[in-house]
Amino acid sequence: MSAHTSDHDDAPAFEGDHPPMTASEKSYIPSIVKGIGITLQRFFKPNFTVQYPEQAPYDYASQDRAIGEVNPRHRGEHILVKDEQGREKCVACLLCMAACPALCIHIEPEPAPWDDRERRPKVFEIDMLRCIYCGYCEEACPCDAIRLTPKLYTPTTSRTERVYDKERLLENNPEAQVPQRPRK
Amino acid sequence: MDSVLKFLLTDPVIGLVKGLLVIGVVLQIVPLLIYLERKLSAYMQGRLGPNRVNLVIPYAVPGVGGLRLIPGSLQPLADAVKLAFKEEIIPKDADKLLWYLGPFLAFFPVATALAFIPFGTPHWDAFGSGILVDLRVCTVDISVLLLFAISSLGVYGIAAGGWGSGSKYPLMAAVRASAQMISYEVSMGLAVLAAIATVGSVDLQQFVMHQATQQFADLGLFSVPNWLVFSQPLAALIFLIAMFAENNRLPFDMPECEPELVGGFHTEYSGLKFALFFLGEYAAMILMCGLFTTIFLGGWSGPGVDPYATDGINALLSHVWFMAKVMFLLVFQIWIRWTLPRFRYDQLMNLGWKVLVPLALGNLVLTAVAGYFLNPIGVGQ
Repeated sequence: MSAHTSDHDDAPAFEGDHPPMTASEKSYIPSIVKGIGITLQRFFKPNFTVQYPEQAPYDYASQDRAIGEVNPRHRGEHILVKDEQGREKCVACLLCMAACPALCIHIEPEPAPWDDRERRPKVFEIDMLRCIYCGYCEEACPCDAIRLTPKLYTPTTSRTERVYDKERLLENNPEAQVPQRPRK
Repeated sequence: MDSVLKFLLTDPVIGLVKGLLVIGVVLQIVPLLIYLERKLSAYMQGRLGPNRVNLVIPYAVPGVGGLRLIPGSLQPLADAVKLAFKEEIIPKDADKLLWYLGPFLAFFPVATALAFIPFGTPHWDAFGSGILVDLRVCTVDISVLLLFAISSLGVYGIAAGGWGSGSKYPLMAAVRASAQMISYEVSMGLAVLAAIATVGSVDLQQFVMHQATQQFADLGLFSVPNWLVFSQPLAALIFLIAMFAENNRLPFDMPECEPELVGGFHTEYSGLKFALFFLGEYAAMILMCGLFTTIFLGGWSGPGVDPYATDGINALLSHVWFMAKVMFLLVFQIWIRWTLPRFRYDQLMNLGWKVLVPLALGNLVLTAVAGYFLNPIGVGQ
């Protein structure tokens, strides 16, 4: 028997120690009956399982929300916002790139063909595998051009797919939360 | 037609049919039991359990599609298919003979011992042919003794598997299992001995007749049958505890305690040999539950069953009662498994030798003394 499993019998009784076990406690039978009662009660209670691909994960930050709904303030995948004419709002000022602590944003500017701004991004890539979803890019942006949406997971089969290019960020749809598969 | 029946219902044919029936039913209950085990444990832990491999009736609901019957009900089938196609790995140091023998030795005694459990009335007039069929595979007068003699061979399967693996953990598990099963067989045997002294017979069918024909108490509205669980409560409790130890199930699952011994005696086994060990384990559960039912819970007797009647309805009803009791006990075993934590090995031995054996011995002496004073001519009727 190793040292850390010392018997309590020869140790001096101190205040707050357990009282000696009675005969009924030593027989374990009352506690076994109590135990099977607890498992029986548990059996009839609802379970906590979230069926992931069909149900979105439960958001523990908002206890008042039903299972399967995500907090609207959740910081998930990015979206590049478009203006009224359908152009990207981004002016390629590189402030988000500078603010990003994970260095996951890569922007290459080009001269804008429009009169109201000088530059626009030729390449706008976010490496979602590096991103820590801190939201600093959103804060740094002077044009409200980049936002974080509550979109949680979009599974991909390769790492290269996790680097989102400009088109994908522009078309990123926060409504398509989880790939929904009907389950009847 | 009558002559055909007479020709067919010879002893060998009846025995063969009964044997195949019992083995078939037990092999069918095992997957159900595995499903029940996984499902009940899941619900007791707030999970869902297996729910992806469904029994689906395609195009059953127009417009929607298939109808899912019981979620996850085909999981045991999927597991069996997976096991059948698994690569079988034999350890370098394995003792080949014991390695191959192990799974068979684990399953064979259980399957044989099932022959002695009566699953219905002793005299069923088979299809009105006038031939009385005893609803158990093997009609012998010493079925209790034979059953214990054969079922205790099951420990050799575990020992052979653990030794033959040529690996340390299985060996330790096998040693533990042998010690545990032998220890608890003592208290189990003593508990059954008290029951034998009460009934005055070593025939399991006589056990059931004793419990079916007498009455323990009359409560006015209904009479309590003379089940041995009422007249021998201590023996029943000891048998119940020893039953869990014999089946190697929690809280006594020393032979395969995953945190300590990797996977226990079947660590090195894979594929269908592992499946056979698994099968033997669950068949042993069914055997022990059947035995407990027969000895202490009145066996096939129950409301509406006339122990002396010969008609088919009566035989069927008696079988339904037997299966209902066995199923209840099986669920109870699963229930206990997912409630209680595991005993430590020394605690297990303490309980076996220092508590259960003296209790069972005292119970036996008490039974003998009470039998002498209540019924001096001879115990049992």
